[in-house]
Amino acid sequence: MYEAGDLSRFAGRFMREWFRPRYELAEFFRQCFIIGYKSFPLVALTGFIMGLVLTMQLRPSLIRYGVESQLPAMVGIAIVREIGPVITALIFAGKIGSSIGAELGSMKVTEQIDAMEVSGTNPFKYLVVTRVAAATLMLPVLVMLGDAISLYGAYLGVNIRGNTSFHLFFTQVINNLAYGDVLPAFIKSFFFGFAVGIIGCYKGYYSQKGTEGVGRSANAAVVIASVMVFVIDLLAVQITDLLGLN
Amino acid sequence: MRTHVHTGTAEPPADPREVVLQVRHLYKSFGANQVLSDFNFTLYRGENVVVLGKSGSGKSVLIKCIIGLMKPDSGAIHLLGKEVTTLNHDELDKLRARVGFLFQSNALYDSMTVRQNLLFPLRRTWMKQEHYNEDEMVRQALKDVGLEHTMEMMPAELSGGMRKRIALARTLIMRPEIILYDEPTTGLDPITGREIVDLIVAIQKKYRASSVIISHDMTCVRLASDRVVMLIDGKCYAEGTYDELQRSDDPKVKQFFE
Repeated sequence: MYEAGDLSRFAGRFMREWFRPRYELAEFFRQCFIIGYKSFPLVALTGFIMGLVLTMQLRPSLIRYGVESQLPAMVGIAIVREIGPVITALIFAGKIGSSIGAELGSMKVTEQIDAMEVSGTNPFKYLVVTRVAAATLMLPVLVMLGDAISLYGAYLGVNIRGNTSFHLFFTQVINNLAYGDVLPAFIKSFFFGFAVGIIGCYKGYYSQKGTEGVGRSANAAVVIASVMVFVIDLLAVQITDLLGLN
Repeated sequence: MRTHVHTGTAEPPADPREVVLQVRHLYKSFGANQVLSDFNFTLYRGENVVVLGKSGSGKSVLIKCIIGLMKPDSGAIHLLGKEVTTLNHDELDKLRARVGFLFQSNALYDSMTVRQNLLFPLRRTWMKQEHYNEDEMVRQALKDVGLEHTMEMMPAELSGGMRKRIALARTLIMRPEIILYDEPTTGLDPITGREIVDLIVAIQKKYRASSVIISHDMTCVRLASDRVVMLIDGKCYAEGTYDELQRSDDPKVKQFFE
């Protein structure tokens, strides 16, 4: 509970500092490149495999119920609504959460954060605001790209034992997707990104006890961020249900 | 100058030289551990003062309080005409631009080259000022520490002594009026440590910056100090030149020179 309070204060400080000049745009764009662009190959690979495997696993069940023709629609909805954002967020938590936690943690224990402060730089703004903002904005982009690649994997999966054209597959997918499937999934991915960024930064920024503490920060950042992804997902489902979007 | 062994809180005698740093009645504790207890100390322009004390005596805490990285429990820190304890963040940043800080761990930014490390503080504090030739300033700072060839190297490619010199160059590039050194020779072999001390003395002569050097390395104390302040039991226990303190009969002072 004590840590939850500290994390809330940390997030509150982020909200305050976010709007105040000076804006660290160069560092923000650098972080977007590192967090977004450099995560893309991993997200693409896992998305592709996920789409392919999901399709191959679903096919026997759908054949059993005689609804094999609904395979593109089912896979499309599953990927866009739930599996795409959640799996991408978990991959993101593992890669970015740990890297932010370890980077800020080692900067903390080697006094680099203090050095920044005595150089006339607000380290919170330079290190935390830029990373959290980049994570918040880049994850939805990665989710969209991951979904697209995942659907392509699903298309290949459908064609392993069938013969469906690219056009027909994607027409079926898109025709069966409603705004209620796409919009909540897109919106919740911003929250996933924010959670991964703020938890990684929090654990790293307050890292203690030398190199051992850096390892602990990186580990805790991944574990807590991954759990938070599921908690946010649960809340998002409840909210979309209340709003009648399900 | 006569050796003073401080037993009370009496103010030191008035001095006609320009005071650039004055610490008065400073208290700082961490839980039940009282680290600084009524610490008093004055630094004059152009002077090199070594704060000498055992490990864990609060020396690093003292300079972190001076630069505003830590907040003292009570007391006053008058630095270059400003009261550090009452400044807001922007005012503190402006003041810090006039003060250099050499960290014990060097604190070089791992992800940046030597050149970028040197430019980082320069661009963030001098960027609003009129023309300055940053390439020339970087070259000059590296020349001062004898490492011009390392400009495009990463900190991980440098030896411990080289990293210390680069950290010093990053401090010098801001042309500080006061330089705070936190254990500048810790972790270095005696020869490299001696080179760093010689460099500190040479820099002080060249730029006429005032310095506060935190150390327990007696070679550093002997070579770099104009005056030595002994931090014992959280207080300024004694002060004087190296030779004066070496001749002291006080057992707490003598133990450092044995």
